[in-house]
Amino acid sequence: MSVALILTAIVLLSVSGLPACLMSARSLGGQRVASLLMALGSAAGLWGVGASVSEATPPALRVPWFLPWGEFSIAVDPISAVFLGLVFVVPALGSIYGLGYWKQTEHPENGRWLGLFYGLLAGSMALVVIARDGVLFLGAWEAMALAAYFALATEEDNLEVRRVSWVYLVATHCGTLCLFAMFALWNRATGSFALNAAEAMPAALASAIFVLALIGFSFKAGFFPFHFWLPGAHANAPSHVSAVLSSVMLKMGIYGIVRMSALLPAPPPWWGETLLALGALTGLAGIVFALSQHDFKRLLAYSSVENVGIIGMGVGLALLGRSMGRVEWVLLGLGAALFHVWNHGLFKSLLFFNAGAILHATNTRDIDRLGGLGRLMPKACILFAVGAIAICALPPLNGFAGEFILYVGLFRTLGFNGEAGVPAAAVAAVALAAIGALAVACFVKLFGMVFLGAPRSEAVSHAHDPRKSMLLPMALLAGGCAALGIFPTLGIPLFERACRAWGSIPESNAASIAALVPLNALSMVGLGLLGLAALATGILLLTRRLKTARCAGTWDCGYAQPTHRMQYTGTSFGQMLTDLFSFLLWPKDHRPAVEGEFPAQTYFKRVIPDLVLERLLLPSFHWAARRAQVLRFFQQGQTQLYVLYVVLILIVLLAI
Amino acid sequence: MIERTIYIVLLVLMPPLLLGVINKTKAWFAGRVGPPWLQNYYDLLKLLRKRMVFSRTTTWVFRVGPLITLAAVFMAGLLVPAGPFAAPIAFTGDLIFFAYLFGLARFFTTSAALDTCSPFEGMGAAREVTFACLSEPALFFAFLVLAKLSGTLSLTGMLHGPEGGFSPALAAPLVLVAIGLFVVLLAESCRIPVDDPNTHLELTMIHEVMVLDHSGPLLGTILYSAALKLFILGTVLLHVIVPYHSGVAWIDWLLFVVEMLGLAGAIGIVESVMARLQMRHVPYLLVAALLSCGFGFLLVIR
Repeated sequence: MSVALILTAIVLLSVSGLPACLMSARSLGGQRVASLLMALGSAAGLWGVGASVSEATPPALRVPWFLPWGEFSIAVDPISAVFLGLVFVVPALGSIYGLGYWKQTEHPENGRWLGLFYGLLAGSMALVVIARDGVLFLGAWEAMALAAYFALATEEDNLEVRRVSWVYLVATHCGTLCLFAMFALWNRATGSFALNAAEAMPAALASAIFVLALIGFSFKAGFFPFHFWLPGAHANAPSHVSAVLSSVMLKMGIYGIVRMSALLPAPPPWWGETLLALGALTGLAGIVFALSQHDFKRLLAYSSVENVGIIGMGVGLALLGRSMGRVEWVLLGLGAALFHVWNHGLFKSLLFFNAGAILHATNTRDIDRLGGLGRLMPKACILFAVGAIAICALPPLNGFAGEFILYVGLFRTLGFNGEAGVPAAAVAAVALAAIGALAVACFVKLFGMVFLGAPRSEAVSHAHDPRKSMLLPMALLAGGCAALGIFPTLGIPLFERACRAWGSIPESNAASIAALVPLNALSMVGLGLLGLAALATGILLLTRRLKTARCAGTWDCGYAQPTHRMQYTGTSFGQMLTDLFSFLLWPKDHRPAVEGEFPAQTYFKRVIPDLVLERLLLPSFHWAARRAQVLRFFQQGQTQLYVLYVVLILIVLLAI
Repeated sequence: MIERTIYIVLLVLMPPLLLGVINKTKAWFAGRVGPPWLQNYYDLLKLLRKRMVFSRTTTWVFRVGPLITLAAVFMAGLLVPAGPFAAPIAFTGDLIFFAYLFGLARFFTTSAALDTCSPFEGMGAAREVTFACLSEPALFFAFLVLAKLSGTLSLTGMLHGPEGGFSPALAAPLVLVAIGLFVVLLAESCRIPVDDPNTHLELTMIHEVMVLDHSGPLLGTILYSAALKLFILGTVLLHVIVPYHSGVAWIDWLLFVVEMLGLAGAIGIVESVMARLQMRHVPYLLVAALLSCGFGFLLVIR
């Protein structure tokens, strides 16, 4: 029954955009039908996931099909259930958000296009997560990648959007190429394309499969050198598409790594150590780049890279635990990683929806032109504060609960009570602490520059709180963050079942996350913290000190003409940190030339291009293009010559 | 029960006295009489009576920020053990909760500063978050060393050391950790050589400049939270520097009070004999603390 429900959900999600294409471009009816179908599909899917979790063996379906390879094989085990939960929540909320943000009547030329591919994206992601056959997996993966491309390229008359969607397309196909190679090797090793746990395999073959899986899925997940498509794509897509790309599609890469590492037998320790190091590096690089951006959607995109790094650290710890036979590391590492998958899904979509509301209200993505939106958009301000506190992993919200479990796992690698540990892995805990402090810096900058202070330009003059259809999903997501933060036990049982399935932990082993991490104590101190804050606020309100206060201008040291342009900008706020990390960022500065007693008007500007894309890949592609000019000799523009080439190649192919 | 009550009473009442000791020590070095020992209490009571003035650009963040900071710092204080006694709240992994509570306090202090639309507060906020990025890893390296030595993941267990206390054989990593923790203490409580609590030149301040626009009871809350932070981090440091405990309860409480006042005096001496570092050299000092704790970690794991 759960399989039928989930398949129905996938069909409903995928076709949700079709009825709108049959209706007029200038009516809202099609968009409302699409949102309704997505909501129904998501509800059916969540019901199916709930039903599958209560069954003892994972429900499955295997049907042979018309292709000569593979078969239509799907199954819903606890690992799939965790990712399905995310896929069935965020896109539906995004569709409701789109009712207010990308209203059909305001975007008649591309609204139906966006709705069609949005639904296809959600449906194909759900299919990726339940596929148990390599060919089906690749088919669903490609459908997801293409649907994302078309949804991303909605505003195709914008040059920047075309450029970044092209970069995304190239990146995703590089990843798919690695996945093709990996599945070919998988077929060689196990004799079929079926994704079932493999028996013993030669170590070199297993390592090759693991490395190809890691690289191929890293292109999608966004680990460090392969993240180059992320900032541009997430910044230039419509905000609810950015939310789905960032919160859900990146996790499909994580799902791939988790699934393949579950199926490969006997992982050696270097797999876990590599993933742990890669995760730490990605986390640090991501947040340092985020700190230096002044486009707030690009900042949020780099912050997604940071969070994917944290999830990677968790999976790496779990792999290390499996190699060394430590069940606690598996439970804590993978449990924290899966928890962070949900957490990031919730608070990143909240932040992207908020970013969309700001963009809708002010028509600019530049932080240095905003400010003072807290007074003009109070509801958005409070919801953004909740999202920012959650993403900085500060208590009592869900980001902290997830990272708490990861920290306990990393500290345990020190090796207590005489058991052997891998102390070098504990340095990852220090890296995580640095990432956390940098995240606080980054989000204080974003929150302060956009919502606090005073407006830095005229862009904010027409700002207003977003519509109810945009506020409702944000409020639901904020509520989810608070609920998971104060009561982490809501999700832990499912994550634990997924960890047991992943690590093949026998039922006889009684270890559990609840025994290793005091979740009830966390809930109590979280509630205690909220209680203390409420008490302090209550005392302030009861003694009516706010009523007797008076308002004045900010103290300005007696300056004759203070203006709002004198506030700190985002670049100034992050300047000390970007200087400290300039070895990684390679900033391009335009320094002012201040000469003479009455210098001319000048400016300072700092631009930080992406290290991998704009400093490495694009220059090398340009160099390769220049060198390849010699091959232009073959393109003479005569049809007869091209026919001759075709005949020659055919002769060669037939001869071999 | 009795121990928890005594500790909470000390936690609430003692921090301003530490600031008084520091000021008296600095005055003695300078040949002055200095302010009375209890001056900071009088200042806090005076601020509670005053009327507040809010800038027109501020929002709810400015009003609520100091309160959430106080709640977070006070909660962190409840996690730290004093002397040989257990902390009022203790659970596995509470050291992470401790560190991140300071992060929550910092988030709201810096946001409240940015709310005023003034470049002075922006300057202070930018510096505060930058230096935190360097002192947090140092704190975590210190925690790693203490966790490895004591075998538990709760602050109460970690700071009391392994069974029978820290032995002299562990002196080398502990000395390195103590140096690192002392620098972190100076950085987090904004003392010389990281920040000068007496200067009112905005170009040279960190914490002082972030609170320029607060007034009345909210300013009192912020000053009190800063003193609380000094007390809490001082308590953590004392476990590493002076791990000696007698067996008798009232002697141990007396020792604790005397050691805290001694630590305040030591901070006063450091403030009197050194000048504040140039702003661009402060990161070097914090990286030195990070490396010191890191070397302590290397010694423990080899």
